[in-house]
Amino acid sequence: MLAVAAMVSTAKCATAQDTTRKGVRIGLTYQPGTKPVVVVLPISGVAGDSIAGILSRDLDFSDRVEVVTPTSAVAFDAARGNGGRAPNYGLWKTLGGAAVVEGSVTAAGVLINVHDVGQARIAEAREFPLPSTPLSGDWRMALHGLSDEVLRWISGTRGSAQSRVAYVRDKQIHIVDSDGAEDRVVTQGSTALSPAWHPKAQYIAYSKFGERGTEIHIADLSNGSTRRLTAAGGLNITPEWSPDGQWIVYAHGAEDGTDLVMAGALDTGPVRKITVGKGTDNTSPSFSPDGRRLAFTSGRSGHPEIYVMDTDGANAELLTPFQFGETSYRSGPSWSPDGRRVAFQSRIDGRFQIVTINLRDRGMKQLTNEGSNEDPSWSPDGRHIVIASNRSGSKQLWVLDAESGRARQLTRSGGARLAAWSPIISGAR
Amino acid sequence: MTRRARIVLALAAAIFAVTASACKKKQPPVPPAPEINQDSLAAAERVRADSVTRADAARRDSLARAQAAASAESAARDAARLEEVRSTLTAPVYFDYDSDGLSDETRVALDAKIPVLNANPSVRLRIAGHADERGSDEHNLALGQRRAAAAKRYLSQRGIADSRIEIISFGEERPAMEGSDESAWSQNRRDEFEITAGGDRLNPPS
Repeated sequence: MLAVAAMVSTAKCATAQDTTRKGVRIGLTYQPGTKPVVVVLPISGVAGDSIAGILSRDLDFSDRVEVVTPTSAVAFDAARGNGGRAPNYGLWKTLGGAAVVEGSVTAAGVLINVHDVGQARIAEAREFPLPSTPLSGDWRMALHGLSDEVLRWISGTRGSAQSRVAYVRDKQIHIVDSDGAEDRVVTQGSTALSPAWHPKAQYIAYSKFGERGTEIHIADLSNGSTRRLTAAGGLNITPEWSPDGQWIVYAHGAEDGTDLVMAGALDTGPVRKITVGKGTDNTSPSFSPDGRRLAFTSGRSGHPEIYVMDTDGANAELLTPFQFGETSYRSGPSWSPDGRRVAFQSRIDGRFQIVTINLRDRGMKQLTNEGSNEDPSWSPDGRHIVIASNRSGSKQLWVLDAESGRARQLTRSGGARLAAWSPIISGAR
Repeated sequence: MTRRARIVLALAAAIFAVTASACKKKQPPVPPAPEINQDSLAAAERVRADSVTRADAARRDSLARAQAAASAESAARDAARLEEVRSTLTAPVYFDYDSDGLSDETRVALDAKIPVLNANPSVRLRIAGHADERGSDEHNLALGQRRAAAAKRYLSQRGIADSRIEIISFGEERPAMEGSDESAWSQNRRDEFEITAGGDRLNPPS
């Protein structure tokens, strides 16, 4: 049994803080309260290796389960047991396995069986259609959807693999899949900043340097067209879509400070001013999931802090507590999808770190301490936060597990920043 | 006729003759028509003309040289003066960390621009506010806007028409100096001044 355990390894990803998990301790170090172990069996057939590989990695990136992939035929046979017709439930139960994922390539896609090891039976089975071109962008996104569904079967919570991250690199807006694949640029020309996703992920709003100021533009990802939302001139930055997709809140700066305003996303109707900053800076709005409140950065107290208010500007209150004897600098709030927390960046010992604050008890939790870490944005399932960090020497996007602080590197080209995590991409494009 | 009369007549005739003869001798001889050597005259004329031309040319050259020297000197002086006026107008001003407050040094630099703006009413300026890399990328755009607005407000409070100055912010996106230390940061927390109109012929302030 130890021999078998030694022949399997957990799917690992590059991580700077991953110091607690090792691949060959399955069954020996498993403790109640740690994550359930999911065994992903090899998949034969066309692109079977890729399917099993992407599925295993998505499940690992979810941080909700411990993924084990048998790496040899011996391990595979042992895992299968019973003449190869069913997983060796007894063995996996002893090793701490909670679920075994078994896939087989079909004409239309892939058939997935998820075995409940404890019950020694198939808990869920479904054939997932896949686009006909393996490893194409659409094929990958469909497979990520499969991963999210498998995770829901096992853990009860759908994952966020079927999503993308928009960010800024080389002065342009880029989009990359949640697993780091399919990186592409969606803007061109002058400096573009602060991408924000439409709630259905069809559009991205962003700010762009113009001749007379900075403008808000909207890119339609379905056809590659772009249009300008704001009039030329003045400072127009940090757009954010309302959860219903009808409105865009952004920061408008003139000669009397920068205030948040709300504009119709689809028309050129009047713009409504939300904050009354009296010459201060008010930027970086983030909607509560119910669309009723906004978190934002304001310098109204003399230095940037996080505030929350109603979407009409009423009931503004300082969210982050006063730091006695220190000039704090907190900015870039992102409201969690469950509505309970706000993540932001806070200057600590001269560098930005990612902190979350619980809206109920105002308890704060620092998630990073390595390098400088900025611009948090929550994953659609609320488990992860994408950030920009220079911990590897260059500025890259990293994905933090908001529970454990575990981090994985998302991008591989320097200068990545201002990330925004998309909603679930439903329906492959 | 008497003898006396004959003598008188003879005398008279003699006198006449003598006189006539004497008169005849006093006549100047008719000079021969001069025989002019046309070739040598033309040659002499050419020599003279050439020498005049040479002298004129020399005079002109020397005058032109003197004028050129004087005008180059003056042009250089004008260019230097113009450059000084221009650089007074476009000299950046600097700010403290996370602040749009105008330091004494910044006020002095802004004050120096006012007479230039007054002497050149057609000049228009664009003030671009910038930030160092330390704040948040997004909030620094608002900070840069505030810095540009602070300089504009200072100038307009001292009589420069609002319409002559537009403002823009580049946040931390366009550093003047790369680097992650105070020497770079202090150069990057700035307003830049760009002449957008009327900068072709600048008048020095009177």
